[in-house]
Formats: sequence, structure tokens, C-alpha cells
Amino acid sequence: MSHDHSHGPGAATHDHAHDIEHVRQSVKKYLFVFYALGVGTIITVLASYVDFGSRAANIAIALLIATVKAGLVAGYFMHLISERKLIYSLLTCTFFFFGSMMFIFIWGSHDFPGSASLKILTTFWR
Amino acid sequence: MDIPYTVKPREDTGLFNAKVGIWLFLASEVMLFGGLFSSYILLRVGAEDGSWPHGWLNVPLGTANTIVLIVSSVTVVMAWASLKMNQFSKFKLYQGLTVLCALIFLVIKTFEYNDKFTHYAVLQKDGSYVDGHLVTKKMNAAGTVLESITLHGMQTKDINQIVDPHKHRKEKHEHKEFTIAGTNIVRFADVAKVGQRIAFRPVPSMKDAAGNTLMIGNRAPRYNTYTAIYFTLTGLHALHVLGGAIVIGFLWGPGAAMWRTEPERFTNRVEVSGLFWHFVDLVWIFLFPVLYLL
Repeated sequence: MSHDHSHGPGAATHDHAHDIEHVRQSVKKYLFVFYALGVGTIITVLASYVDFGSRAANIAIALLIATVKAGLVAGYFMHLISERKLIYSLLTCTFFFFGSMMFIFIWGSHDFPGSASLKILTTFWR
Repeated sequence: MDIPYTVKPREDTGLFNAKVGIWLFLASEVMLFGGLFSSYILLRVGAEDGSWPHGWLNVPLGTANTIVLIVSSVTVVMAWASLKMNQFSKFKLYQGLTVLCALIFLVIKTFEYNDKFTHYAVLQKDGSYVDGHLVTKKMNAAGTVLESITLHGMQTKDINQIVDPHKHRKEKHEHKEFTIAGTNIVRFADVAKVGQRIAFRPVPSMKDAAGNTLMIGNRAPRYNTYTAIYFTLTGLHALHVLGGAIVIGFLWGPGAAMWRTEPERFTNRVEVSGLFWHFVDLVWIFLFPVLYLL
């Protein structure tokens, strides 16, 4: 994974032809990702007009599609599928703290005792 | 002294320095937007049931802007790929298209923002609401008393139709102009007497002759929690779009001179600015469903 073909900076001259060929291959992938993102957007919009039984289900489905789209952008456009180890370590730390931050609202739950949606969310923690 | 490792990878990281730099910056950006997303979650789950608006934003415009950003994400990566393949004129084309997409995005956003500032809801003494866009309002000569307000929109007795137009989208309402006299609008202090729920904070400048604030709400960020977090999140995002457009525009224009002297370094600059741009797209991929659709 850490071996970086796609954009080894300062590639030596004998690598240059190989490098260009590799970029050419990548361009095809970029176009595929582009179409996938377009289709993903349309599916997200259409899915929001379908009732999946509860608002929570609709939210889960929309966020799932968004996560797949984000994965495509990060993986291909940002080249994360073949990046150096240092970047992976950095992002692992980032997403640990990012993920934790998404649940900080739990500590505010007693400030909003009347909210039914919060009751559902905090049930798991009691 | 030359800046080290602008082209050559550092032995220990295997990367040119700017790439480590941009990823560190993006990590801090993830936390910045993460903090605001976290606030959004707290505001939303903490909102009184039935008070969080749905369907206040224009989905076709939001979808159009999503597509615009996706297109720009492809053009920015194609600009970099063109440099890698030694095709400078193609780079200029793709880089230019990226800036164009950024500007289209901002123009659409401006229209969306303006729409919120001109959208009002009025609670009348008969207990019905008029919800629509401001046509005109008449104040007294001193500018202190609201004589009448004219809105283009619809009338309803059910506040839920105003809070959640998405759910009630199949119900047909006649859209027309309503002119409501100031004397026909409920005072903020009397809302409980009318038996209506408060769905918005009143605009303090809209007063009757006795100086009472009237129940006239507006979708500007200061009168509603939802639009407050909407403007904060999308406003910060729009600033990123603007910042990205300036950097990408610079590399398209005067900054492109570096291609003749240090092509590899220039290519790396384009790659790093592209990484930032993809991040901006990535944030929008989450903002769009969260704010427009859910």
C-alpha cells in the first residue's frame, strides 16, 4: 500500500514513460468515479422522497451513500488507496478524534430531558 | 537558501514536504468542520419534537450545486493529470473550468442565501399563518410601527406545514399575495392565548403602536436555530470554496509561470491545491444530505 506509483515526485527519467502510462490509466478511473458520484447524488435525492419506515432509517441510508461517495473521492481523487504510511497514521488519529466528537452530544442529554429523539439515542447508554 | 524537499521526497516520510503539510492542514480542517457537525447533532437532537424544519432548502438548487462541485473535483484532478502527461494547454483548460465551477457554486449559493433573508411567516389574530416571501412592508413615517406587510406565499392554520413542508409537500395550497395589517398580527406576548406553538423567534423591529413585538418570523440565521447552523456550516464551506478558487485561479494564471522553470515543483503545487479542493467537495457531500434532505 505504501509503495507510491501514481505520483512519485521527482521520478527519475527512466521512470517517466512508465509514470505517464500510469497517469493515463488513472484518468479512466477518475471518469468512472465521476459517473459514480453523479449517480450517487441522484440516488441520495430520490431516496429522500422514499419513506424507509422511520426518519432514523432515512438518515442512515443517506449517510451510508454519502460515506461511499466520500470514500470514492478520498480513495481515487485524493489518491488515498496508494499513499504513504505517514498519511495513513495521521488520518487514523484524525478520524479517531472526529468519531469521538460526533458523540459528544451525549453529555448534553440531561439538558434536553423533553426531547424524544434524544431519549432514543441515549437509551443505548443507560 | 532553497526550500528543501519541494520535489524530492524526504527519506523518512517518502513524501515531498508540502504533501505532509496539506494533510496536516486537512486533518485540522476535519476537526473544524467536525466540531460544527457535532454542534449540529446536539442542536438537532436537543430540539423540541416537531420544531426542527425539514424541506426549507431548495433541493434542485442544492443538487445542481452538488453536481457542480463533483464536476470541479474531476476537472481539478484532470488538471494535475494533464501536467503529469506534459499537456500544459489541457491543464489550463481544466484548471480554468475548476475556477468557473467554483464561481457558479458561489452564485447559486448567493441566490439561496438571499431567499432565506426575504422569507417570512406571520401569525394572524384568527390563528392562521401566512408564510411566504416579502413583497413589501409599510412602516409609519417614523419607521417604528408596522402598518402592513405583503407576502407572496400561502396561508395555513397548521404550523407543521410551515416547519415541515417536505412532509406536507403533497398538500396543495394556493400561492398568492397576502397583505396583512399590523393590527391583525398577534403580539408576541399573546401567542399562548391564540393557542399556537411558537415556531420562530419574532423579528424585533416589527412592532405595533404600543411598542409590542409582533409575531413575524424570518428565516435569517438570527431567528431560527436550524438556519443558524445552516448558515454557519455552509458559510464556512463557501469561504473554503472562495479560498480554493483564489489559489486554483492563481495557479491557473500568474502562478503557472513556474511550469517553465520548475515543472515538477509546479505539478506538486497543483496536486496540493487539488487535495484541498477535494476536501471541500468531501465536506459538501455530507452537508448536502444533512441540511437539504434529512
